[in-house]
Amino acid sequence: MNEIAQALPATRNPTWLWAHRQWALSALIFVLFIGLWEGGVRLFDVPSLVLPPPSAVLKSLAASLSSGQLTRHIWATGLEVIGGFALGGGFGFLLGCLIGRFPILEQTIYPYVVAFQTVPKVALAPLIVIWFGFGLSSKIVTAATICFFPVIANTLVGLRVTPADQVEMMAAFTASRSQIFWKARLPHALPYIFAGLDIGVVLSVIGAIVGEFVGAQAGLGYMILQRQFTMDIAGVFAILVILSIFGMALHALMRWLQRKVVFWIHEDDDRIVGA
Amino acid sequence: MLIEIAGLTKSYATREGLNVEALAPLSFTVREGEFLTIVGPSGCGKSTLLKIIAGTLRRSAGSVRLQGRAIDGPSRDIGMVFQSPVLLPWRTIEENVLLPIEIQRQDVRNHRARAADLFRLVGIEGFERKYPKELSGGMQQRVGIIRALIHDPAVLLLDEPFGALDAMTREHMNLELLRIWKDAGKTIILVTHSIPEAIFLADRVIVMSARPGRIAEVIEVDLTRPRRLDMINSDPFGDYVRRVRGHFGSHGGLDA
Ligand SMILES: Nc1ncnc2c1ncn2[C@@H]1O[C@H](COP(=O)(O)OP(=O)(O)OP(=O)(O)O)[C@@H](O)[C@H]1O
Ligand SMILES: [Mg+2]
Repeated sequence: MNEIAQALPATRNPTWLWAHRQWALSALIFVLFIGLWEGGVRLFDVPSLVLPPPSAVLKSLAASLSSGQLTRHIWATGLEVIGGFALGGGFGFLLGCLIGRFPILEQTIYPYVVAFQTVPKVALAPLIVIWFGFGLSSKIVTAATICFFPVIANTLVGLRVTPADQVEMMAAFTASRSQIFWKARLPHALPYIFAGLDIGVVLSVIGAIVGEFVGAQAGLGYMILQRQFTMDIAGVFAILVILSIFGMALHALMRWLQRKVVFWIHEDDDRIVGA
Repeated sequence: MLIEIAGLTKSYATREGLNVEALAPLSFTVREGEFLTIVGPSGCGKSTLLKIIAGTLRRSAGSVRLQGRAIDGPSRDIGMVFQSPVLLPWRTIEENVLLPIEIQRQDVRNHRARAADLFRLVGIEGFERKYPKELSGGMQQRVGIIRALIHDPAVLLLDEPFGALDAMTREHMNLELLRIWKDAGKTIILVTHSIPEAIFLADRVIVMSARPGRIAEVIEVDLTRPRRLDMINSDPFGDYVRRVRGHFGSHGGLDA
């Protein structure tokens, strides 16, 4: 047996802990961070008005959840995020496809899209509330305007990366432009489109919260303002925890969808990626 | 004549605005049912010529006629095999093979049986539901070949189809290609770097010289059909090889 064969066992047979080392490490970092936070707050006697200890945040979180006080607000923000993402992401995807399919639109429409992107969307939120009211729709629109751009930009980049030999192959078999678009360019763009959707879904959480800050009667952003008003800082942190769980769940959902749809790109376990 | 090429030239415009003359005026014809091979050093314009016949590249001057009609775009009468297999990774092998049928809006279901025959013909039956990356390079190349055959074109164009294969697989593929040619009665134009391969397969060999690409000689290969691998060691075969190599000197850049 030579050296290389010794260094590379035929198949990997790691221990359970080694196989899940990234989880173990990540959990360790979490525990350390929380421990330092809790310990620091107690040690230096930081007033809980400035920084509540994690234990207080947890208590507040449990109380708000079990009393059902937040249920309505979680639903409201959830709807805004999903609605905004569906609207902005869907529109970004469709417009990206149109511009990618008909190059003349790239010179005529896309400059305006880019110009629109240079306006800070957060600064638009007050106007949007005036136009769409204090209810659900203004938050959906705010979230949509924020998550729109990464989706359209990624769609366009993705539609440009089709390998020339595949286009030539399709053309040689008498494919039309639209057939080349649907059968080669769009599938090639999917990994990019999902990257855009992944950014977009997290941005639409930001959009919904910003919309609620500007004017709302329900939602987690609205509750943050309420609790800030009553100096319930642990309560504010509890909502931040819910929001980040929300964002992570959406991110995980997009990752899962991407794996299902873009099934032909996945790393082989058996491949040696580098030393 | 099935294909008539007269006074064909091609120059590429480079980024600096200069014109690169890839093909000097070029004229030849291809008979129906003929196996024509084109051999020449790298960069002499073989791919350029094939792309123009396939209708995916504009010519600069001259005419290309297929069955009497001028070629000014891709044609359903032509099947093209590329140097690399160019399979779509998200399609199964069968879906890849049926792609031309789909593109030409013919009934895909009616062609399943034909696809199955072709899979058997090149010896990759049982792999229909696999994805391209689950196949070896040689197997993928076979998929590329039957994809070019699925819509039953009159003409098969192959651009160095076996360049990436090892010698053993290559000989095997040569024999398979000859069998397909004989069974299906196609007209074949095959580009290659390999002088023995060009002679072994061909009725006629077009020897091209660099650049701009010109026809140095057209050689009728008078070896009996069906060709057998042991012919490669025969004296007449060796004479043909010497005759072709004579055009390239010692630095020819070709596989002997
Ligand atoms: N798109 C292009 N733009 C500019 N010049 C090109 C282009 N494609 C090919 N050429 C030039 O045309 C000449 C012929 O190229 P071609 O690809 O036809 O050669 P070839 O005979 O197929 O070579 P090989 O055997 O290496 O594949 C080369 O000198 C190349 O530099
Ligand atoms: Mg070439």
